[in-house]
Amino acid sequence: MKKAKKILSLITAAALLTIGLAGCTETAQQDNSGTSGTTQSQTAKLSGNISMVGSTSMEKLANALSEGFMAANPGVTVNAEFVGSSAGIESLVGGKCDIGNASRALKDSEKSSGAVENIVAIDGIAMVVNKANPVKNLSKDQLIGIYTGTIKNWSEVGGSDTAIVVVGREAGSGTRGAFEEILGIEEKCVYANELDSTGAAMAKAASTEGAIAYVSLDVINDTVNAVSLDNVEPTADNILSGSYFLCRPFVMATKGEISSQSDLVKAFFDYVESSEGQEIIKKVGLILPQ
Amino acid sequence: MKANTNSSVMRSSQTKVVVENTAQIIFTICAVVAILAVFSITLYMFLKGVPAFADVGVAEILFNPVWEPTAQNPSFGILYIILTSIVGTAMAIILGVPIGVLTAVFLSEVAPKKLAAAVRPAVDLLAGIPSVIYGLLGLMILNPFMYKLEQIIFENSPTHQFTGGANLISAVLVLVIMILPTVINISQSALQAVPKSLKDASFGLGASHIQTIFKVQMPAARSGIVTAIVLGIGRAIGEAMAISLVSGSSVNPPFPFNSVRFLTTAIVSEMGYAADTHRMVLFSIGLVLFVFIMVINIVLTKILKGEKHDA
Repeated sequence: MKKAKKILSLITAAALLTIGLAGCTETAQQDNSGTSGTTQSQTAKLSGNISMVGSTSMEKLANALSEGFMAANPGVTVNAEFVGSSAGIESLVGGKCDIGNASRALKDSEKSSGAVENIVAIDGIAMVVNKANPVKNLSKDQLIGIYTGTIKNWSEVGGSDTAIVVVGREAGSGTRGAFEEILGIEEKCVYANELDSTGAAMAKAASTEGAIAYVSLDVINDTVNAVSLDNVEPTADNILSGSYFLCRPFVMATKGEISSQSDLVKAFFDYVESSEGQEIIKKVGLILPQ
Repeated sequence: MKANTNSSVMRSSQTKVVVENTAQIIFTICAVVAILAVFSITLYMFLKGVPAFADVGVAEILFNPVWEPTAQNPSFGILYIILTSIVGTAMAIILGVPIGVLTAVFLSEVAPKKLAAAVRPAVDLLAGIPSVIYGLLGLMILNPFMYKLEQIIFENSPTHQFTGGANLISAVLVLVIMILPTVINISQSALQAVPKSLKDASFGLGASHIQTIFKVQMPAARSGIVTAIVLGIGRAIGEAMAISLVSGSSVNPPFPFNSVRFLTTAIVSEMGYAADTHRMVLFSIGLVLFVFIMVINIVLTKILKGEKHDA
């Protein structure tokens, strides 16, 4: 695990470095065209701390964005804590942090106490099955039935007479948390396999005739079939249009509108909106909100 | 002349003392490193593992079958995980030890010299293969085979949960292969250490070759064979990588066709994202595993020593 983490951080570092370099050339080009050097002079002034508290599922995204932001602004430190969505918003409303991370839409009560919902990315989950499986579509209820153990054979959902092998992720996984939360089946799932990586889940679905697994939308490839849900295909477009239900927003909430925040926080959100920031969001496997 | 030799002996004995002392100090330091490591690991495991027992309750962890660490009301029961480790290791030993010991007999007594010379390096090679390779082979060969078997056996079973071949049997078979080299090598050295005079005496009394092996040589090599079993158990109960790939990793009672989770794989699979009490309980699982291995070592070594005493 540790090794994998190390490798991951190395890759992220490398990715960030390339992004950073790309960013440099961009600003250089801007300077050449003579529009202005303001971006550089502005960022040079920035220094201080941004504190960010919230969702554990947003750890990867928050870390990648804050590392990128800190690399672009050496005087700035971003402290990110991961304690859970609700605790994050609570901390934001209580004035204990600048940004509250939530991996769900904000509740009305949270909005009324001053939190503003800034959706920075969307997390999509795809259901994958074996290539040989003729089932191309599942309804929400069928999906719930399969994962809670009431539907045990593919023939019950219009497939061949094959037992269903329910594949999931280990407790604590962000994808598992999102999947169970969206379907409202927390702790009711009956897994036949609890694998500790997306790759392992994909491999199981690819090699086992009756398997079904949930994975991040961005890792789908042609070793498996991604099924439609409620007749909607799992694509970024369908998620953005709101017709694909297995997804959730990643919110970086602020107390009051972004425009009323400190320069530092504004600069952070500018960075998130910039091409560098958007590239990072895509890199961690998320969909850009439009 | 005499005085001269004496003084040279004196001189050399003085340097001898210095060398002796320095060597002794170096040896002591080396020994202290090993002892320090054992003590600090023990201390660390207890410091990290005990708080969760205090928080959650010993019975709530050890004797509760429900493992739901991230639920609203989390439950940290590892009963099935403990049972899986015990049953899995026991099955691997029951299957692996006879094969290993008999292979050792074959290599040291029965096999023609040329054949033994070919098999021995193969066994050594088996010992050198990284555990993840065993896991991968299990994943690619054993699991699909078990899946086929599962589909035939449970064809009309309304209650069986299909696991796609990732089950206890797969894990046990991988463990059997993994403990073989340890068992074979150590029992073979034990058998070869049996004095030839015993064998000759047995032949002299008219015993056959097979009688000699089972009635004379194996009893004489008993303590070595027990060591082989102890080390085999150690390897089996401590293995994580290979079985995490083939066992399915769901927490279930240890029945042959169930997807199961071992003590080792429980730590490995959830350490990545675990937080707070969940993380502490994972350390407690480590402590349970640690105590298990300690107890097995101490008990079996005692048995071993007792037997030596009898002889």
